[in-house]
Amino acid sequence: MDATTEQLHGHRSLQHHFENMEQQREAGTLGMWVFLVTEIMFFGGMFLAYTLYRSAYPQAFASASNHLDITLGALNTGVLIFSSFTMAMAVYFTQTGKPRPQVICLVLTLLLGLTFLGIKAVEYHDKYNDHLIPGRLIPGRPFGPEVAQEGDHDPHKLHLLPGATVRQVELFYWIYFAMTGMHALHMIIGAGLLTFLLIFSLKGRFDPEYHSPVEVIGLYWHFVDIIWIFLFPLLYLLGRHLEHV
Amino acid sequence: MSEHIVSVRVYVTIFLLLLLGTGLTVAAAFVEFPGKLNTVVALTIAVTKATFVVLYFMHLRYSSRLVWVIVASALFWMAILFALTFSDYLTRGWISVGY
Amino acid sequence: MKPIESFEIPEPSKVNYINAQYGLKSWLLTKDHKRIALLYLGSITFFFFIGGLYAMMIRLELLTPPGDFMQSATYNKVFTQHGIIMIFFFLIPSIPATLGNFLIPMMIGAKDLAFPRINLLSWYIYMLGGVITIYALLAGGVDTGWTFYTPFSTTFSNTYVVAAGLGIFVNGFSSILTGLNFIVTVHTMRAPGMTWFRLPLFVWSLYATSLVMILGTPVIAITILLLAFERLAHVGIFDPALGGDPILFQHLFWFYSHPAVYIMVLPSMGVISELIANFSRKNIFGYSFVAFSSLAIAVFGFLVWGHHLFVTSQSVYAGMIFSFLSFAVAIPSAIKVFNWTATLYKSSISYDTPMLYALGFIGLFTVGGMTGLFLASLAVDVHLSDTYFVVAHFHYIMVGGALMGYLGGLHYWWPKISGRMYPEGWGRFSALVIFVGFNLTFLPQFVAGYLGMPRRYHAYPPEFQVFNVLSTAGASILGFGMLIPAIYFVWSMRYGKHAEANPWHLPGLEWRTQSPPPTENFAVTPIVTWEAYEFAPAEETEVVGKFRPEMERI
Repeated sequence: MDATTEQLHGHRSLQHHFENMEQQREAGTLGMWVFLVTEIMFFGGMFLAYTLYRSAYPQAFASASNHLDITLGALNTGVLIFSSFTMAMAVYFTQTGKPRPQVICLVLTLLLGLTFLGIKAVEYHDKYNDHLIPGRLIPGRPFGPEVAQEGDHDPHKLHLLPGATVRQVELFYWIYFAMTGMHALHMIIGAGLLTFLLIFSLKGRFDPEYHSPVEVIGLYWHFVDIIWIFLFPLLYLLGRHLEHV
Repeated sequence: MSEHIVSVRVYVTIFLLLLLGTGLTVAAAFVEFPGKLNTVVALTIAVTKATFVVLYFMHLRYSSRLVWVIVASALFWMAILFALTFSDYLTRGWISVGY
Repeated sequence: MKPIESFEIPEPSKVNYINAQYGLKSWLLTKDHKRIALLYLGSITFFFFIGGLYAMMIRLELLTPPGDFMQSATYNKVFTQHGIIMIFFFLIPSIPATLGNFLIPMMIGAKDLAFPRINLLSWYIYMLGGVITIYALLAGGVDTGWTFYTPFSTTFSNTYVVAAGLGIFVNGFSSILTGLNFIVTVHTMRAPGMTWFRLPLFVWSLYATSLVMILGTPVIAITILLLAFERLAHVGIFDPALGGDPILFQHLFWFYSHPAVYIMVLPSMGVISELIANFSRKNIFGYSFVAFSSLAIAVFGFLVWGHHLFVTSQSVYAGMIFSFLSFAVAIPSAIKVFNWTATLYKSSISYDTPMLYALGFIGLFTVGGMTGLFLASLAVDVHLSDTYFVVAHFHYIMVGGALMGYLGGLHYWWPKISGRMYPEGWGRFSALVIFVGFNLTFLPQFVAGYLGMPRRYHAYPPEFQVFNVLSTAGASILGFGMLIPAIYFVWSMRYGKHAEANPWHLPGLEWRTQSPPPTENFAVTPIVTWEAYEFAPAEETEVVGKFRPEMERI
């Protein structure tokens, strides 16, 4: 847009109720931070439930945690951290006006996010196979893992530490699916948002003057990463030091 | 534009630190620490990683005081939820009421 | 300097936000905060009447001691649905979504809220939540009480718990988005010169309310979700028979639902501050105290939820902490009441309809607040828990408090919203009818509850009948009283006297533009150089004599 039009109407992305781009950017950033506060409180309720039940049934939680696949969990953590890095780089390249690296970073972030979801799907599928979906969520396939007997080292079987019961292990899996499921839902939404970002980026809508959506969706993406940074040790690493397998 | 542009070096450093933290937390999980220390170690590493993400990837370090207040409030409110709920659960066994 | 005459109101144009565009699409796809406020006004009024119908059914059943009007199972559904509709679909959105949406941009000198499209989205989300809930009601209802206590709601109830929960869950997002919008707007879109301490107290209250919405609503969201999944999965997360903890549900539920009552009452207090100051032509006594007390109520309100768990297996030590904090939360509310009273002292009061509602509020809210202290005392609460005392207490706050503020605000700002005046005589009459009807309904309930009448029972021992008859009589009067404004507001839209830009002759920024306002609110962005409630002293102003020649100082 030419300088005169810009003087009269502001940047083409300036919305009519804002005075200038700075105000619009500030409002957008603030809005996302306030939204993230609501997300913290949302997940907070589940973290509270987790904490309470873990203190109530420590042995069962350790047994169940050991039964999760630590390799896939750690791999997913790495994938998500990497995606946070590429997202931060995407913002950087937008700020510095380098559209091609910006698009590449957005694509990488999206791909890594989808990788995370793929690995999660593999994990969920394994749980399904081992009859670890809690309660009556899957009609006709109630919670019923094979419990390992003394001396049996089969990794597909559930190894109960002394004092743990299958009922309590089921509570762990309830919380596991609730928390990782809610997290995965947020990742899916994030992937959708990233797709929008990509489309607009390819159309050249962002420049160093206006790239608020990239920043703001970046904030969301990093937040989802932070949730996983807590979920990983709390769900996967509880009882490894008690593992005898 | 009052925006602060964080350098690539900072991003790469933080990224590597986060990977390091992940490796550390996995390794520490297999070591038997006395008492409840395993949990403390795991949470300390997690909080440190989260802090790096919030400060540098989310630019909190370079943001206005208002944003700091917003983040602090969220943490404070979580603390209220946990503290007052646990004031119930942790003190239940303290009094014997004869029934 | 005479603030009223010193500001030039531009020549009113024929175009305002109502007639700027015609057609259903221009309303359903609007981004104008004022139109969205009207959309909310319509839907909220609709849900209010549904909730009122349920109330009528309750009061009819309770006329006689035996359960002869409905079966107990039906009665359970009726009081549950009365609670759900009134709380989630009327009280929580009422002032923020109608008056807040309409006035906040005008009061800060902005063209709109920070996120107009999110504002519209929040109305659609509200409607979606409403549709889902109405489906639950029509499909067979829900009977768990609006509190959804477990394990009844997770394991034993045969009613549409998941559907009702889903409706409330969806509705919660409307609340969150409204709060988010308000917070960002007040921080980033104030006109030049509009500093925080020049803001009307209505804006301070809504800001505090928004904090509560943001911090509390997500917790009820996750709680309802967990409840719904538990109902589907039957793992036992809240069921003691399966190793779960029903008190965990109550902690999570009340962590939001107690602050929720402050979402309901804080905006109303904001309206009262406006009404008291403006209808007594005096700056609010202790402006900064009132402003900070709104924030204090918002914060303290999060620290007291355990007082709903006094008679559960919650630890008595936690009970003591929550009891102490519940007493503390009364302090900022009391500060407001003292400051309003001090404002009235030696001021120039005019007894217009809005002022009648404000004065009613002060008395009734005080009664409600003081009876709350009875309930906050651990030992007394053991006696009063689950009796009609509790019901009377919260209705004094919700109806005597929040609803009075809502009605007062609607009347006060009606000329600005619609460009018409409501009929003042009918306004005062209905305010009095509502006041009388309300007290007749709920005052006997304090006595009945103290004497032991339980709540949520459709049959009761004969010794309580006299109180129930009085209460039902009062409810009929109250219902009649509330129908009158419904009728004359609609009537006024066609036949009411045209209102000028500043019919009450007040200094607020919202009065310095035409009635109804143009879509962009102000032709030119105002530059604020005056303090809030800057009334010129009566002796200096000729205006007192000019616009109200027949009223001497009362």
